[in-house]
Amino acid sequence: MGAQKKGATARVSEDPEELARNPLQAILLADSFATTFRPITLERPKVLLPLVNIPMIDYTLAWLESAGVEEVFVFCCAHSKQVIDYLEGSQWSSQPNFSVATIESHNSISAGDALRLIYERNVIHGDFVLISGDTVSNMLLTQALQEHKERKKKDANAIMTMVVKQSKPSPITQQSRLGTDELFMAINPVTKQLLCYEDKAEYSKGFISLDKTLIADNPSIILHNDKQDCYIDICSQEVLSLFTDNFDYQHLRRHFVKGLLVDDIMGYKIFTHEIHSSYAARIDNFRSYDTISKDIIQRWTYPFVPDVLCGSTAIKVERQGTYRASDVTLSRSAQVGSFTFIGQGTKIGNDTKIFHSVVGKGCTIGSNVTIEGSYIWNNVNIEDGCQLRHAIVCDGVIMKSGAVLQPGVILSFKVVVGQQFVVPAYSKVSLLQQPTQQDSDEELEYADSTSGTGELHSEKLNGDIAPDLSETASELGTGGVGYIWSVFEGVQDEEWRHSVAPIPTDKLVKLMLDEDEEQLTQDGNVLSASGELKADSDDNGSEDENNEDSRDDYVFFEKEVEATFLRAVHENVKVDHAVLEVNALRLSYNMASVDCAGAIFYSMMKLAVESPHSSATELHKNAAEMITKWQKLLKSFLHDIDEEIEVILKFEEMCLESAKEFAALFPQVLHLLYDKEILQEDAILRWADEKEGADESDKVFLKRSEKFIQWLKEAEEEEDDD
Amino acid sequence: MDFQVVVLAGGNSKNLTPLISKDVPKPLLSVANRPLLYYVLHQLRQSNLKDLIVVVEGEDAALHVGSWISKTFVDGLHVEIAAVPEDIGTAGALRAISHHLTAKDILVVSGDLVSDVPPGAVAATHRRHDAAVTAMLCSVPVSGSLESGSSGGKDKTKKPGRYNIIGLDPCKQFLLHIATGSEIEKDSRLQKHILHAVGQMEIRSDLMDAHMYAFKRTVLQEVLDQKDTFRSLKQDVVPYLVRSQLKSEALLNGISQAEENGNEKLSSPNNQVLDSKILANASTPSFHELYSMEMEPDDSAQTRKTHKCCAYIASSSSYCVRLNSIQAFMDINRDVTGDADHLLSDTSSDCDNIIGPSPKLGSKTTVGPHCMLGEGSEMGDKCQVKRSVIGRHCRIGSHVKIVNSVVMNHVTIGDGCIIQGSVVCSNVQLQERVVLKDCLVGAGFVVTMGEYKGESLARKEK
Repeated sequence: MGAQKKGATARVSEDPEELARNPLQAILLADSFATTFRPITLERPKVLLPLVNIPMIDYTLAWLESAGVEEVFVFCCAHSKQVIDYLEGSQWSSQPNFSVATIESHNSISAGDALRLIYERNVIHGDFVLISGDTVSNMLLTQALQEHKERKKKDANAIMTMVVKQSKPSPITQQSRLGTDELFMAINPVTKQLLCYEDKAEYSKGFISLDKTLIADNPSIILHNDKQDCYIDICSQEVLSLFTDNFDYQHLRRHFVKGLLVDDIMGYKIFTHEIHSSYAARIDNFRSYDTISKDIIQRWTYPFVPDVLCGSTAIKVERQGTYRASDVTLSRSAQVGSFTFIGQGTKIGNDTKIFHSVVGKGCTIGSNVTIEGSYIWNNVNIEDGCQLRHAIVCDGVIMKSGAVLQPGVILSFKVVVGQQFVVPAYSKVSLLQQPTQQDSDEELEYADSTSGTGELHSEKLNGDIAPDLSETASELGTGGVGYIWSVFEGVQDEEWRHSVAPIPTDKLVKLMLDEDEEQLTQDGNVLSASGELKADSDDNGSEDENNEDSRDDYVFFEKEVEATFLRAVHENVKVDHAVLEVNALRLSYNMASVDCAGAIFYSMMKLAVESPHSSATELHKNAAEMITKWQKLLKSFLHDIDEEIEVILKFEEMCLESAKEFAALFPQVLHLLYDKEILQEDAILRWADEKEGADESDKVFLKRSEKFIQWLKEAEEEEDDD
Repeated sequence: MDFQVVVLAGGNSKNLTPLISKDVPKPLLSVANRPLLYYVLHQLRQSNLKDLIVVVEGEDAALHVGSWISKTFVDGLHVEIAAVPEDIGTAGALRAISHHLTAKDILVVSGDLVSDVPPGAVAATHRRHDAAVTAMLCSVPVSGSLESGSSGGKDKTKKPGRYNIIGLDPCKQFLLHIATGSEIEKDSRLQKHILHAVGQMEIRSDLMDAHMYAFKRTVLQEVLDQKDTFRSLKQDVVPYLVRSQLKSEALLNGISQAEENGNEKLSSPNNQVLDSKILANASTPSFHELYSMEMEPDDSAQTRKTHKCCAYIASSSSYCVRLNSIQAFMDINRDVTGDADHLLSDTSSDCDNIIGPSPKLGSKTTVGPHCMLGEGSEMGDKCQVKRSVIGRHCRIGSHVKIVNSVVMNHVTIGDGCIIQGSVVCSNVQLQERVVLKDCLVGAGFVVTMGEYKGESLARKEK
């Protein structure tokens, strides 16, 4: 093994001709390591799900073959048996010049694990295409490969070329038509180097931020919001070893790509190749399933369209993009609309209408059924009077008469919907109960691949599952079989984003309004961000918000300080120690010593008010005692006049709000603080000056302490006279 | 052309002491024997922009500038001089003269711009797009040392032209993002909604905002009125307009209704699209229109109001530098006598050729290429002048060597002086055998014998 590895690294430096002699290899990940297709993927791997009646993996393999790839390693993990069995039984096992080998794993939980395993197998000997088994494309690889190789020759660090495609996300949902979230990519227009990849830009609402070093290094950067990642990567061998070196890389994009972009020590670079006229898209969620199915029916993916791919079973393309297998039994009164696919042996009853839908093999559809924008897989039995709109119906489902599927419904394998039952929008129905181990996000992300769950369930399914189903029959109406999965909290609102169903108009309207509102608030942020003065009228909204945040922080801080102070009082902690503790708090809350002074003073006064007293004089006495005892603590945070002023302001605030009893004593306490040399004369006078210009209501305490201030001023003048 | 030009000529500038003083305000600083302001006014006259307001900081300076202009540009230009208090910033200066502005569009040019980019082209771009603001962008000068001249930099308007970070749309017509000053040091924060509307944004750090803007007058006045804290055009007004271009509702609502000629977007979005299609010679409407149209699926009255921020990008071969530091002063002097000497062509009455009409040169005195010698200057024997500018009526002794320097008018230089990389202002007297290296000598100073290196010599101003 060791020797082989050495060979592998040595090969990198070999001349390109030798490299060219290597057969072009591809790694096909037949596991999405995601849970977006649950509950369907609990029973069948995603790559075997039919896409316009042909398993997804066939599209991917067919494209790889046409693109000149000679050797494909199919990595299977979840339901690996099913994938291997399928491949063995398919045409792919017997192709000349195109070998498909499977690599099986039972414990990989991410693409990272998969690539690490493949690295260990040491089967990749040169540049390879990394793709997942749910990708549909018809692009030519030659040019991208060529570019990749040339770059690699010039710069050994150019280890990956990502294929991107123009796709402007909807301005309202910020989502591409494939249902993926908006993606921001910064690309150098000349070299096509990828500089920044941001697919989870949610957290920085309203802004996308670009690192200053990027701008310093590249005189021109194009920031794209209108590109779509096709998830077709041309990689050099180093990619595999990088995954091995960085054993924490899991996700191809989130960890690997971002990791490389951030890490400037190794200097690895990723480049992009944009395709213009050809097709490439990955089925990432139900929405992209819907979109890509439509694209296939509308022949954007030619030659990878059903009638070409399955040449044996004669499928005829009729006018308006209607695909019909030869032996479909269609009632005379049935209407099959445009862009619809009807599979072999399917029977369709009277007055049934089917539009923009895919119906698989061996289905029986009764009379007066309406099917619109839905995907019906094989051997489905739909009885009379059912209505389906924008739903996915898996193999073996039985819909009893009059059942209705509202938009966005997913019926997993062999579910039975009871008579007249209306399945609510966006429901996911399965014979299997919803798994409950959804602890963390991370687990949720990769749970699907823990092959255990999947296979365990499928075994169970083969056995007698019926008994425990009967009790839940009510969930799907009389005679219904299956569980309606509950939607997790928080995900609920987002369900429509990735559903097969088009986005409802009310959501769009709501989003649009939200967006406008957001922009209004953003506006404020923008303004203050650029160092503009705060007095701006527009600003106020957001300015308050910011203050709110810091105020919250301050409230917590104040509470902590108060607790510390109380403890110091009750346990007779030394002043020095109390100072230390408050300082520690200050650091951990990132506060200034002004805040400390305010908070300590607040705690002192609060304690004085809370300790028993019957009259104002007693309160004054309490306060005096408190101040005398803890003046050292307070003073250690009063370094300059600003902080002293803060104390006065704080006191003023208290008198107005929390400790109104002090209001009467304001001048006295002020005097006391002056006597104890906690406040300097300057601080008091400046406070008075500041307040001079304030509103009348703000001046209450100034007026009360007028005499004292007058006295101070006079004293000062006398001093000056001396 | 219904364009009014405001030349912000400035007045005093800390960056340029001791070159400028009370007697020589910045606009009159001699650059290649011509006042700095000449270069801008000349370009404006070339572009047939003749309705000018020259804004000068300080009353005295205004008088000086006024008398010079009336002397030089007697005919052809209609110039008003306006004096504004010092340190009110560029936006403040415009606010102060706002009532003088009457034309539909206003071209604001900084008086310290030495450039061969035709202002008329900027104005035309502005008109073509019916933009709210058009900014002229030029390539960052190769010397790139503008930043080094920055010192203090309290006054925003006088801050040396730092590099900007500029976001452009794919056609490089519209300005989508602009960052100046300290923001450049931070990570750039780009507004998503603009990016959403445009799809892609090109971020350039090799372009410089040359401080020549065309504004729609109504917009400019509205912004100046509403945002009374804005001090600088470059740092406040323009970035503000760029930021708010897709949601100008709050800002421009009043105007568009009040003044139809200013902003017709409200009344007829469809016509508007058509108009600007024709105007822009574009087959597709700009993203501004698309964005504003997209709001009305049910044809409600709710259209988004947008305004356009355009960019005029000067070709990389054109010359464009702002004189806002000593370094820039030296560079410009060198360039104007050298590579960019076309800036001096088509001279007006009191200007001279590279070598003035009546210089008296002593024997064996050589004046190298890229030099300029003003009229009436005299030089003694065996002098050498290389890559330098010498003003009018200078008296230069024998065995004097002047390299890479600027010597202004009425300077007396004693025998055996060596001047390298220095600036010697008017009426300076250099005694014999003075050696200056990288020095600045303020007006009227008398330099006694000795060697000076990297010093700034000036009379103490009271």
